[in-house]
Amino acid sequence: MNPTVARLTLRGLLGRRRGLLLLVVPALLLVVSAIAAGSSGDKHDLVVNILGKLALGTLLPIFGLVVGTGAIATEIDDGSIVYLLAKPLPRWKIITTKLTVAIGITWAFSALPVLLSGLLLYGTKEGLALAYTVAALVSGAAYSALFLLLGVVTRHAVVAGLAYALVWESLIGNFASGAKTLSVQQWGLAVAETVAAEGSITSAVSLGVAVPLLLVVAVAATALASVRLGGLTLASDE
Amino acid sequence: MATITIDKVSRWFGNVVAVNDVSMAIGPGITGLLGPNGAGKSTLIHMMSGFLAPSTGTVTLDGAPIWRNQEVYRQIGLVPERESMYDYLTGWEFVLANAELHGLPHPGAAARKALALVEMEYAQERRTGTYSKGMKQRVKMASALVHDPAVLLLDEPFNGMDPRQRIQLMDLLRRFGSDGRTVLFSSHILEEVEQLARHIEVVVAGRHAASGDFRKIRRLMTDRPHRYLVRSSDDRRLAAALIADGSTSGIELDRQEQALRVQAVNFQGFTTLLPKVAQRAGIRLYTVAPADESLESVFSYLVSA
Repeated sequence: MNPTVARLTLRGLLGRRRGLLLLVVPALLLVVSAIAAGSSGDKHDLVVNILGKLALGTLLPIFGLVVGTGAIATEIDDGSIVYLLAKPLPRWKIITTKLTVAIGITWAFSALPVLLSGLLLYGTKEGLALAYTVAALVSGAAYSALFLLLGVVTRHAVVAGLAYALVWESLIGNFASGAKTLSVQQWGLAVAETVAAEGSITSAVSLGVAVPLLLVVAVAATALASVRLGGLTLASDE
Repeated sequence: MATITIDKVSRWFGNVVAVNDVSMAIGPGITGLLGPNGAGKSTLIHMMSGFLAPSTGTVTLDGAPIWRNQEVYRQIGLVPERESMYDYLTGWEFVLANAELHGLPHPGAAARKALALVEMEYAQERRTGTYSKGMKQRVKMASALVHDPAVLLLDEPFNGMDPRQRIQLMDLLRRFGSDGRTVLFSSHILEEVEQLARHIEVVVAGRHAASGDFRKIRRLMTDRPHRYLVRSSDDRRLAAALIADGSTSGIELDRQEQALRVQAVNFQGFTTLLPKVAQRAGIRLYTVAPADESLESVFSYLVSA
């Protein structure tokens, strides 16, 4: 951790309007949950739909994408990354610091609202609120690492990230079940499955597959991002 | 004392060769890197500052490779051409952050000293996003100087500066040069370079065109053949009178332009000769315009010289 890199990243992510925009996602989730809590009907299904599909399936990957890429891609795009890189600072330190900040923000703005929504909708029954929160923590960290890497390796990080999060995880995952094995969302659900009461959450992936994959993705993405940052080439205006 | 050595360096992007087999050594004092836009100056500076790998050849600082070697930044201060610099920070926060990132023992004191050096204390509490171009340039300088580097690299530092800011920055760079630091700046304006640098490296179309004292380069530039477009009351008679003199080497009657295209051997001789000849022959001059004064043509002459 480098405190200066952390401070700059945090201010870049939360400064001015951007911070307010990031609040939209958790606010949306809480509003939907509050409305749903007042409705009649099967609450268990509601929780699965709102937390499982809306929060973990859609909001979390988008939020992770905005934060993960915003933690570094913006600086690479506008060239201000030069001021971090023209320093005797190990590149892995820059990456791990930025990753820590990105994970922290993702947790605060996503996992925490998931917990609140879960409690609001379903209390502590079946351990669902806690289970989905754990899933959000786990997937949030993996998304951050993955999208931070995208921010370093491609100038089209947002498009590539959206393609993964929406097209691969949601669309293709629905038609080809094999794609679900390589889905951060399913890995998170596999962890949630062990926390919740038996049978209340199901994942397409077993825990024995999900955990190693989560670790490999997070570590490999971080390592690769560090290496690529060390050889970052500035686009020449000429 | 620090020296950057560029040894047989080429750099290409796809099929485009940006830098072609360049070798030069940049030592203490001020060096101007001169060349028209697109000549490869930025590519060279990016390689000297570790932000671009040479395709072939080596770029070293006192023998140590610069590419993928973050330790060189203890000695190098870089002032990039681009302006983005964490717009949400104040000048003070920006320079302080740079001092902290260098791991200096007293970042606050270093930041204060650097801001004083560029005379930016008065605006240090303002966000850098509100700065003028000249102010940004000076704060960028402060951030590059905060760790007291032996080498200072500046990419087109005078671009967009007003004359007063230009003079201030030149004074500052002169001081660094006389301190024995290695200062290299790029520019596409000859006058700018010769005001500041005694030593000039010229690059044109990716090639190292000339190197040396600015007087030598200046002489090469003014001694080259000059072309003029001349319109007068009697072009044919003027042509005859001009070709009789040694300072003219060729004349063409351009029917379309209804003008003379004159090639002069030397600049000084021709500019005094032309009005005299015209007066003697009773010919009125309507147009006398240099036909190839663009920097590119000057540079391309240098390459072939």
